[in-house]
Amino acid sequence: MSHFLDRVETALRDPDLKTALGRATERLGSRRSVSLDSLPDSDAVRDMARRAKLGLLRDLAGNLETFEKNLIKNGVQVHWAEDGAAANRIMVDIAKSRGCKRAVKSKSMATEETHLNHDLLEAGLEVLETDLGEYIVQLAETTPSHIILPIIHMTKESIGKVMHEKIKVPYTSDPEKLAKIARAKLREAFLSADLGITGANFGVVDSGALVLVSNEGNARLVTTLPRVHVAVMGIEKLVPSLSDLDLMIKILARSATGQKITTYTSLVTGPRREGEADGCQEMHVILLDNGRSRILGGPLAEILGCIRCGACLNACPVYKNVGGHAYGDTYPGPIGSIVTPGLRGIKAWKELPDASSLCGACRDVCPVRLDIPRMLLELRKQAVDEASIPWALRIGLWGFGVAASRPWLYRAGAGLFRWASGLMAKSGWIRKLPGLAAGWTRSRDLKAPAPKSFQELWRQRPVRPAPAGKEAAPVR
Amino acid sequence: MPKPSKVQLFHTCIINEVYPEVGLAVVNVLERLDIAVEVPLNQTCCGQPAFNGGFHADARKVARLTVDILSATKGPIIIPSGSCGDMLTHQYHMLFADEPAYLEKSHALSERCHEFSMFLVDVLGIRDLGAHLRASGPGVAAPKSAYHPSCHLLRGLGAKSQPQTLLAQVKGLACAEVKDQEECCGFGGMFSVKNSAISGAMLENKMRNLEASGAETVISCDMGCLLHLAGGLHRKGSTLKVKHLAQVLDEGMSGR
Repeated sequence: MSHFLDRVETALRDPDLKTALGRATERLGSRRSVSLDSLPDSDAVRDMARRAKLGLLRDLAGNLETFEKNLIKNGVQVHWAEDGAAANRIMVDIAKSRGCKRAVKSKSMATEETHLNHDLLEAGLEVLETDLGEYIVQLAETTPSHIILPIIHMTKESIGKVMHEKIKVPYTSDPEKLAKIARAKLREAFLSADLGITGANFGVVDSGALVLVSNEGNARLVTTLPRVHVAVMGIEKLVPSLSDLDLMIKILARSATGQKITTYTSLVTGPRREGEADGCQEMHVILLDNGRSRILGGPLAEILGCIRCGACLNACPVYKNVGGHAYGDTYPGPIGSIVTPGLRGIKAWKELPDASSLCGACRDVCPVRLDIPRMLLELRKQAVDEASIPWALRIGLWGFGVAASRPWLYRAGAGLFRWASGLMAKSGWIRKLPGLAAGWTRSRDLKAPAPKSFQELWRQRPVRPAPAGKEAAPVR
Repeated sequence: MPKPSKVQLFHTCIINEVYPEVGLAVVNVLERLDIAVEVPLNQTCCGQPAFNGGFHADARKVARLTVDILSATKGPIIIPSGSCGDMLTHQYHMLFADEPAYLEKSHALSERCHEFSMFLVDVLGIRDLGAHLRASGPGVAAPKSAYHPSCHLLRGLGAKSQPQTLLAQVKGLACAEVKDQEECCGFGGMFSVKNSAISGAMLENKMRNLEASGAETVISCDMGCLLHLAGGLHRKGSTLKVKHLAQVLDEGMSGR
């Protein structure tokens, strides 16, 4: 898919989107900073969390092995999926062999990534998203546009319209009424479902626990009511131990929603055991690679430390203007600009790393201090090395390199531009640039070069007497 | 560091070609502090356009020239730009990761590089330059100015307060409060050309907030941002002016 600029144009023409995004991201951003300030030594906690995550990634294979062993010890059946298609196949096989007919889902971006719902429906299963935002997204037949606020792009009016049209309830735009209607629908589904599908925010290596944090509590129902529970998680979502989990929990909700802690934090340690009152009868974990091990071996490895809080989206001036759908895949915003080309290859996604002014706001807010701008720069280099880049741009920058590394040629080029811009400019301003540079004059004028460069003026400056007692006059 | 008697000026390509008066203002301020300024001739550009575009081989050619020219000089190197300053102090290391000779040279160089406002405040320990802007007439209120923290200066070099510290001491200048002050103006070098629609939207937000602040002048330490802002303001016929911090200090020190 490579219509990033088309999607951007569409997004920028949508006034509702900008209003919705602006309000929500501003609210989240300010809550985040207040909430992080309430954490004693928040900087130290972030450093420790970063160390835990990146340290784990250094021996990901070993950690996965230990994690698998502990899962099995807890009575969980473990599956490995090399790509999305494999993960979906495993899921369908489990469902069919267990005679499951209705699935309920919660908290899973990994299955968004593998387009699981499509494959489940194709295999004849009913599947229902149970988190409110994802439920609306499913009704509207679209995709989430934010990591933690999937329908950040929708107004309450458009949500009311979707529910009215798709589930035939009377139209209302009252958020509380809408939530109530959805909740009633979802409750029915929980009780009749025989397959529960979740993702995992974290997997704790030393105990084999799956961690799900949420505000709606649906994840708890999805993991306990249906008789079979299958979790799909990226192989990078591990933390070494419960004390490391503590660090993550401290910074995740604060960075995401500005809460000190989310309403629900569930640790799932296997299916129902003898004598236990609730829990599923059977539990599976599908460990999804889907390109992650390729990222692990390269210069983008630290992106696998991302804990999916969405803070970088809320801070990003590009995201705030274009929203999540412009990024074209599961993961939007600055993080998506790295994860998507990382997982799927730079060739088809070379526009994403360019969708940043490299302002660094994302790096500032990242709870695990991922150097997002550095990785964007790395991907731009990969794009130049591996993808098809317009020849005019290639030649243009080659010319820049040749000229700017030879001062005499550079001066000649600058002189030529000074002359040419003299022809293009009116009272010192250029209103329309040709060729590749035309983008600049789309929304701003360009100040024409000065009649004389700084170096020329410098050379013409009268020699100043040296200050008394100081060395000779400034060297020209 | 004791006050140096001599510094080198890396004047940046935008100042050299479009805003030479800013270069002269930088020189004036430093000379008034009894610091001699040398301008290493043959400098061109830091190479950022190619580097940010992903064209590392082309950027490396330019960066090698810059490293060679600056390494041949002595004393602190003053850079009136957070963006070029960040490039020289941080990004050259990434560019020369596989070129040990230049990597070593660029490490040595980064120790000597100082962005203009950071040099004044952090190195020289100056807060008040005694700058005083005269009112344009009797009974006329001090002009309001808005400070625009450029992203590379703020987040790349970590200058969270230095320019504001210097501005706060300029008598006859009032600082305006700007909504979303630390948000990017949307320049980003080639970003403004390649993603001109998004860049334009960011510029629009920035101009709206600056105009709403009631400021007459936008002051920054990066002529890249200011070239971008000035272009947007000119297109929409705004009366808001742009100035580099050095120009404000220079005017204030000469009593203009």
